Amino acid sequence: MSEIQFEIDGKEVKATEGMTILEAAQNVGIFIPTLCHHEKLEPFGGCRVCIVEVEVNGWTKLVVSCVYPVEENIIVRTRSEKVDRIRKTIIELLMAHAPDSPQLQDLAQEYGADKDRFEKDASFCIHCGLCVRYCAEVVKKNAIGFVDRGINKEISFIPEIAAKECNDCKECFPLCPTSYLQAAFVLTEALAFPPPSSEPVSEE
Amino acid sequence: MDNDRIDQIIDKHQGEASSLIQILLDIQSENHWLPKEALERIGEKVQVPLTRIQHIATFYKAFSLVPKGRHEIHICVGTACHVRGATRILDTVEEATGINPGETDLDLKFSLETVNCLGCCALGPVVEINGKVHGKMSPGATAEVLKNYE
Ligand code: SF4
Ligand code: FES
Ligand code: FES
Repeated sequence: MSEIQFEIDGKEVKATEGMTILEAAQNVGIFIPTLCHHEKLEPFGGCRVCIVEVEVNGWTKLVVSCVYPVEENIIVRTRSEKVDRIRKTIIELLMAHAPDSPQLQDLAQEYGADKDRFEKDASFCIHCGLCVRYCAEVVKKNAIGFVDRGINKEISFIPEIAAKECNDCKECFPLCPTSYLQAAFVLTEALAFPPPSSEPVSEE
Repeated sequence: MDNDRIDQIIDKHQGEASSLIQILLDIQSENHWLPKEALERIGEKVQVPLTRIQHIATFYKAFSLVPKGRHEIHICVGTACHVRGATRILDTVEEATGINPGETDLDLKFSLETVNCLGCCALGPVVEINGKVHGKMSPGATAEVLKNYE
């Protein structure tokens, strides 16, 4: 693995090939906000708040730092005027779905985001996929997944698996950046009202 | 659709997880919808979690998780067909079948769907039934065509 040298916020940084900008930044103590990142999980790039500006040969572009691999001699800016402006909008968009999320409220304060800028569609889920990916990648039970797409996308438990596994686990609950209760609610719903085509859930 | 037939379809695709969408499409076209039991069977055979299969089956509009009729009617309500009277065609079909777009009748005879352009605007208004395109339709002709389906 070859070593790669580049710059983050004016600081010379060394990283190994294949690392993401986010990892490299965290290694040297530079903070980049994240919502869908989790060190035990594969990079996902779902929430976009970790967006940074990257300058390559004089050209700048915006990239998502949790999935963008480091490159030789690039210049990364985690808080340029442009990054701040765009991150603010991303936070505002996410807040249309989860206005009460403590993590989003903190970010909103930091970036001056207005939680009421966009019309509310409080689904409480920002599709960060932490619960879904944690269940698949770490717990390996695949009890919860996404269904549908676009504005209708939501999390959904498989009642048969959830009835067996979730009560003793619930490890995904505290991961949720919007509210601890979101997954809990959907789980209860799945167990109490399983879809009609499924077999009755056995009592334990 | 019984398990043997599902297994046959899976075997046709060598039970490969990478052929998941093809397997689902085959079952969809033969059975007109994807019953939960079928999804579970596929999951076991190709070793893909049900959550993932559900995600795919709900992502693409080609799949249905609720029973569909034997004959699928797609009525184009795209701009070209709209100006040529697609609404009247739609009314005729709703009247004849008793169902609205997105619905299936109780005898599982017809399912009705609207689409936003079938790509043959010069033939508008267009009605597609079971993949067969009927162009330049009038309400009368549409009612006649529907009689051919049992
Ligand atoms: S419920 Fe929470 S953890 Fe799960 S995808 Fe939605 S926002 Fe993320
Ligand atoms: S942390 Fe990078 S996109 Fe969510
Ligand atoms: S609008 Fe109907 S085919 Fe194009």
